[in-house]
Amino acid sequence: MSKTSRTSITMPSTAKKGTIIEIRAIAQHDMESGFRYTESGKSIPRDIIRTFTCLYNDVEVFKADFYSGIGANPLIIFTTIATESGTLQFKWLGDDDYEAVNQARITVS
Amino acid sequence: MNMKFDLPTKMNRRTWIQRIQKLTILTLGAWFSPAFVFAKKEDADEAIQKIASGAKIQDGKVTLIIPPLVENGNLVVLKVSVDSPMTANDYVKTIHVIAEGNPLPNVFTAYLTPRSGAASITTRVRLADSQRVWAIAQMSNGSFWQGSAETFVTLSACTEMV
Repeated sequence: MSKTSRTSITMPSTAKKGTIIEIRAIAQHDMESGFRYTESGKSIPRDIIRTFTCLYNDVEVFKADFYSGIGANPLIIFTTIATESGTLQFKWLGDDDYEAVNQARITVS
Repeated sequence: MNMKFDLPTKMNRRTWIQRIQKLTILTLGAWFSPAFVFAKKEDADEAIQKIASGAKIQDGKVTLIIPPLVENGNLVVLKVSVDSPMTANDYVKTIHVIAEGNPLPNVFTAYLTPRSGAASITTRVRLADSQRVWAIAQMSNGSFWQGSAETFVTLSACTEMV
């Protein structure tokens, strides 16, 4: 797996203050579990995304730890309260120095 | 009536050695078979105990939704939600998902805050076998709650060759 990859965020760009918004975050990644073998019997080393964090105007609002049990191209759907206008930053960190960053803007009225 | 048992008359050394050899291969084969790498119920229990670190886990509050029948265990949509007001004094701190039939029972851990607004997470997981999947939630007051769902997997993840 390369050091970084394509990621995608789906969330509303505007929201009323105090409402709960749903965020869908997906990263392109094989998520090699480390439990598979090649035909010659060689074990394939683990290569997964280990953590995902979401910062709302630099305040951490959500974090998740992933293990081998998460499927390829990990998708995570979670919620947060729209408190103020600003930027949401998303960060994926994984094995073999994998790092991906994405961000989205939200206008709260 | 002439009851004559046709016992193997020649049980010499060679036959015995051959039989023992076959038996050894069979035993070793069973030992290294893929079924062996799957976590046992005890491994999952151990993982759950580690999460709760000895505290009592109560049943309820946690709802885990997975399809009851899964054709392909590589990508299973899993939704977990916890019944909580999600206020500053009463919210869900963490949600752990444990699959008791996977080689590694831990699937994911989500860390929530009062700013999450709702305790509801959806993701896609791998399931190695037909099994029961558990979700354990830790509340802000330190109590643990659990919920589970059973599923039948026709094509398992993890074990296929590349």
